[in-house]
Amino acid sequence: MEALLEVRELSLRFGGITALSQIGLAVAEGETLAVIGPNGSGKTSLFNCITSIYRPTSGAISFRGEPLTRHSPDEVTRLGIARTFQNLRLFHNMSVLDNLMVGRHLHFRKNLLAAVLRLRGEETRHRRRCEEIVEFLNLEPVRKTRAGDCPYGVQKRVELGRALATEPRLLLLDEPVSGLTQEEKEEFAYWIHEIRGRFGITILLVEHDLRVASRLAGRMVALDHGVKIAEGTPAAVQRHPDVIKAYLGE
Amino acid sequence: MDLVESYAEDLRFARRPAARVLLGLLLAALAVFPWVAAEHLVFLATLIALYSIGVIGQNLLIGYTGQISFGQAGFLAIGAFAFGHLRIWGAPFALALLGAGALAAVAGVFVGFPSLRLKGPYLSIATLGFGVAVYQVFVNWEVLSGGRSGLAIASLQPMFGLSGTRWTYYVYVLLLTGFTLAAYNIVSSFIGRAFVAIRDSDIAAEVNGVSLTRYKLLAFAISSFYTGVHGALYAQILGHIEPQIFNVLESITLFVAVIIGGVASIEGSILGAVFVTLVPKVFANFREMVPVVYGVTILLVLIFEPLGLFGRWLKTRLYFQLWPFR
Repeated sequence: MEALLEVRELSLRFGGITALSQIGLAVAEGETLAVIGPNGSGKTSLFNCITSIYRPTSGAISFRGEPLTRHSPDEVTRLGIARTFQNLRLFHNMSVLDNLMVGRHLHFRKNLLAAVLRLRGEETRHRRRCEEIVEFLNLEPVRKTRAGDCPYGVQKRVELGRALATEPRLLLLDEPVSGLTQEEKEEFAYWIHEIRGRFGITILLVEHDLRVASRLAGRMVALDHGVKIAEGTPAAVQRHPDVIKAYLGE
Repeated sequence: MDLVESYAEDLRFARRPAARVLLGLLLAALAVFPWVAAEHLVFLATLIALYSIGVIGQNLLIGYTGQISFGQAGFLAIGAFAFGHLRIWGAPFALALLGAGALAAVAGVFVGFPSLRLKGPYLSIATLGFGVAVYQVFVNWEVLSGGRSGLAIASLQPMFGLSGTRWTYYVYVLLLTGFTLAAYNIVSSFIGRAFVAIRDSDIAAEVNGVSLTRYKLLAFAISSFYTGVHGALYAQILGHIEPQIFNVLESITLFVAVIIGGVASIEGSILGAVFVTLVPKVFANFREMVPVVYGVTILLVLIFEPLGLFGRWLKTRLYFQLWPFR
C-alpha cells in the first residue's frame, strides 16, 4: 500500500513543553483516517506541522514521497494539501464566492498586466469551478453574502468549500462538525463521505464526535499528551484501555 | 431587478446603468470644471487630484492589505527628487513620472521586507523609521537634495492653447482617472483578493496558497509606486522642492486621509484627499490648529462611522434606494 502522507518520528517542542513526541503515522491514498484524543493531546499541532505552520523540532513528513519540512505553507498547498481550521479562519469581509476564489488562487495564471487592464478570462474560468463547489455544498443563497455575516453552520461549509477549491489530493479537516446541530452534522458527514467518493480526495480528520468519526473513518489514531497511544479500526481504538484511560481517567 | 446572465457580465466595471450614467456625469463635470470655476479653485482641484493618487496608494497598503505604514513621506520624497533630477537631466514629463514611480516602488519592496516578520504596531514603527531616515538623508546629502536652494523644476509646457493652470488640471485629472481605474482593477482581480485575504487572516491566506512574501512585497511596491507618482506630481506643481516638505506630518496626513475617507475604499480615498486638502485651506489663518482638526475628526470618525466618508455615502445611497419604504 503506497502511503500518500507519511509522518515519521515527529516531535514538536515549545520550550519545555512537548506538544508532540515521536509521532508516526501513514495515510494511504483514498482512505479516511481519523485522529482522536482529549483536548491538548496534540491533534491540531500535528495538522500545523503537516501544513508547515509550525516547524517540527525533529522528525520527517513526506507527501507523495517528497519531504515537506522545508516548504512554506503556500508551497505545501500547491503540492496538494488543503485544510480547514478548528476555529474557522474565513476572510470575513469577502463574499462567500470570493472566499472560494481565494482557494483557486494557486491555479490562476497570474498576469499582472491582465489584472491591471481588467482582462478577466482567467476569472470566469475559475468562477465556473467555484460554482460547482457552490452547488455541491448548497451555498447558492449566500453566494454574494459577506462571509462574516453568515451563520456558523454556513461558515463551516464555506471553509470546506474553500479547501476543496484548491483541488487537494489530501484534505485535513480539523473538527469539521464541532458546534453544529444534529441535522447539520448529518449533512456534513454526508459531504465528507461524498468528497472521498466524488472527488477522490484522501481525508485526514480530527474529530471529537466519536460517532461521526467512526462512521466516516476506516482507521483511527488516538493521541494523548502528544504521544500516539493507539491505532487501528475505530471499534478497536475506542476499546483500547489507554484510550479509555485518556478520556475517562483511571 | 438585477439579472446577471454570464460570469463575464458579473465582473464588468460599472455594470449597472445608473452607475454608468453617474460616472459619465462625473467625468463631464470634471471636464467642464476649469471653464466655469475660478482659477484658484482649479488649482485646488489639481492639488486634490494628485493627492488622491497618493491616498489610493496608501489605502491599497493599509486598507486592503492591512499593512500599516507611517513611512509614506519617504516614498513621496524619493518620488519627488527622482522626478526632479530626471527632469533636470532632460527627461520628458511622462518618462520622469514613470521613473519616479519605479524608484519609489523599488524602495517600497525594500521597506516591505520587515513586513514579512513584523505585524501591527511593530511594522508601523519600522516604517516610521524609514520615513525619518529618508528625510534625514535628503536634508543632509546635498547632492541628492540640491542643497540649500533645493531643486527647481521647469513647469509643464501647456498644449492645445490651454492656459497653464487648465492644462495641468487636465493632465492631473487624466492621470488620476487612470490610476483610479487601475486600482479598481487590481482590487477586483486575484491580486486584490490575495491582499484582502492577507489582511483578514494571514494564516488562512497562506494555507490557501497565497504566498505572503510575494503579495506583501507586491502591496508595498504598488502602494509606493502610487506614492512616488504623487510625490512627482507634487514636485511638478510646486516647481521647487526641498527636503523639508517631506516631513513626518506628510505621512500622517496621508494616513488621516485613508481613515477619514474610508478604509479599503477607493472612492473613500478620493474623499479623504478632498478632506486633507481642504482643511488646511479652510483653516489657513489657524495653521497650527490643522493637526487638532485631524485628530478630532479621526476620533469622531472611528467612533461614529468606522467606514469613514465612504460609509456615510453608502448609508445615504441605501436611504434613497429604500425610499419611501423604510
